[in-house]
Amino acid sequence: MAKILMKGNEAIGEGAVRAGCRYFFGYPITPQSELPHYLAKRLPEVNGVYLQSESETSAINMVYGAAGAGARVMTSSSGPGISLMQEGISYLAGAELPCVIVNMIRGGPGLGNIAPAQSDYFQAVKGGGHGDYRVICFAPASVQEIIDFMRDAFELADKYFNPVMLLADGILGQMMEPVELGEEEDVQIPERPWAANGMRGRGKKNIINSLYIVPEDMEVHNQKLARKYAQITENEQRWEEYRVDDAETVLVAFGTSARISKAVVDKARDEGLRVGLIRPILVWPFPVKAIEKVIPHTKQFLTVEMNMGQMVEDVRLAVAGRRPVYFTGRAGGMLPVASDVLQEVKKIMSGGAE
Amino acid sequence: MKKVFTRPKSLKDIPMHYCPGCTHGIIHRLVAEVIDELDIIDRAIGVAPVGCSVFTYQYFDFDMYQGSHGRAPAVATGIKRVVPDGVVFTYQGDGDLAAIGTAEIVHAAARGEKITVVFVNNAIYAMTGGQMAPTTLMGQKTTTTPFGREADANGYPVRMSEMLSTLDGAAYISRVSVHDPKHINKAKKSMKKAFEVQMAGEGFTMVEVLSACPTNWGLSPKEAVKWVESDMIPYYPLGEFKVPSEV
Repeated sequence: MAKILMKGNEAIGEGAVRAGCRYFFGYPITPQSELPHYLAKRLPEVNGVYLQSESETSAINMVYGAAGAGARVMTSSSGPGISLMQEGISYLAGAELPCVIVNMIRGGPGLGNIAPAQSDYFQAVKGGGHGDYRVICFAPASVQEIIDFMRDAFELADKYFNPVMLLADGILGQMMEPVELGEEEDVQIPERPWAANGMRGRGKKNIINSLYIVPEDMEVHNQKLARKYAQITENEQRWEEYRVDDAETVLVAFGTSARISKAVVDKARDEGLRVGLIRPILVWPFPVKAIEKVIPHTKQFLTVEMNMGQMVEDVRLAVAGRRPVYFTGRAGGMLPVASDVLQEVKKIMSGGAE
Repeated sequence: MKKVFTRPKSLKDIPMHYCPGCTHGIIHRLVAEVIDELDIIDRAIGVAPVGCSVFTYQYFDFDMYQGSHGRAPAVATGIKRVVPDGVVFTYQGDGDLAAIGTAEIVHAAARGEKITVVFVNNAIYAMTGGQMAPTTLMGQKTTTTPFGREADANGYPVRMSEMLSTLDGAAYISRVSVHDPKHINKAKKSMKKAFEVQMAGEGFTMVEVLSACPTNWGLSPKEAVKWVESDMIPYYPLGEFKVPSEV
């Protein structure tokens, strides 16, 4: 089938529609605007609903209502808006509702700027909102992956009754790449006997709720969630390995910084340096299995991030002190430059890093 | 013998947690009676707020949600857009609706969301210990206005029904009271009308109910219902503020 050119933001929209998503609630923010623009046109074509809310706070609560009623539903925003959604995401996790949330990360903190960044990693993978919960988190690195992962995202949300986040940045959102859309497949959305959409003869009420006023009950719920998160951690780690088989130095990077890191690996190999890359495809659960696999032949790790050092903490947890783990990155909308990262690689490989 | 009074089918037979003399129980009953009479228990979907009525989801015997503080109208919007033939309502207090959830209620009304809002106004934050609410009256003593509400420090109480009735999306807006049997009967009629207007697809509907909180007002139940009549109604006049032309 012929490839077509598509922007990342539009690919999210088309990927969602092809995954059977029919409801979008969101509030305008840069740099994800092409996504709502796309869905505002596309969803009515498939009898879906596009609704512009009065705030991100409202948008995520509309998602809560729609997900509870059994819909395949999504929202999208960027840093400041995702911050406003955190209470709602915590409710969705507590009530165990499936949905997909897109964060086109921009520079922060505060209003920051609208340039691409990876500074919301902590917020995405460590909770973000209140309480003891986790969100499954995809980190695509190309427009094709965005198309492919949207379906996986909705399916994982359904499989685990959990919110799923798609973390990307303004580059992936704005960039046009050739993509293969493939045939539109028939999407089977699992039955939702738990949905609160009117009893309709079922003879028993359904409740969508995250309140457990009795501490004993709350603890049981927390333990149940923890078992689910452990199951996700065991089953769903996903990553790409690039030239790691004999690597002495392994770069770890996701999304846009992984693309830059691939170029670094190739340049290093051209110069005879044994360098490879682990690219987490899901950043939660973090692919500790990937780290474990390369540890025997790896002398050191270097994370390459578009922030001041966030994922490096998860790499250090996975490495658990067995090897040194270094960090290099640019922030505020600036991108790591392949030649600079290569210099960093050479420095640590010659024992010169601090 | 003919049975003349019974528990509505839509209300569960479990103890409620409300304080003695609180009128939430009466308002719950009115909602349940209306849902029974309209025969919509199988498509009724309610959203409980945060505050005293947070456990509303346990008391009604049909599909229910518990929503975050102030966001019930947004939750109800999500539900109604997915289930257009559902009869969707929120049950919210004054702190929930008129302070933290002001944006959500205004925009649900502006969009003309086909939902019904049961707005229980007792002029105080009761669940958290009797703090000043957006609807607390001038001079009213609360735990955070120990010397009485003053304009300079605290501003003025908000009349939500009057405000929302200026919006084109609002189809039916009324204010009722449950301080005596006559007014309870009127309140029920108004509530039924609100649900009927929703079901006719006319737009956003809301019934504001003046409610007594003896515990946090520091009054006996009897004094509390009197205070609704003597102090609340003069500031919050009863009546219909918006009615669809054909109803």
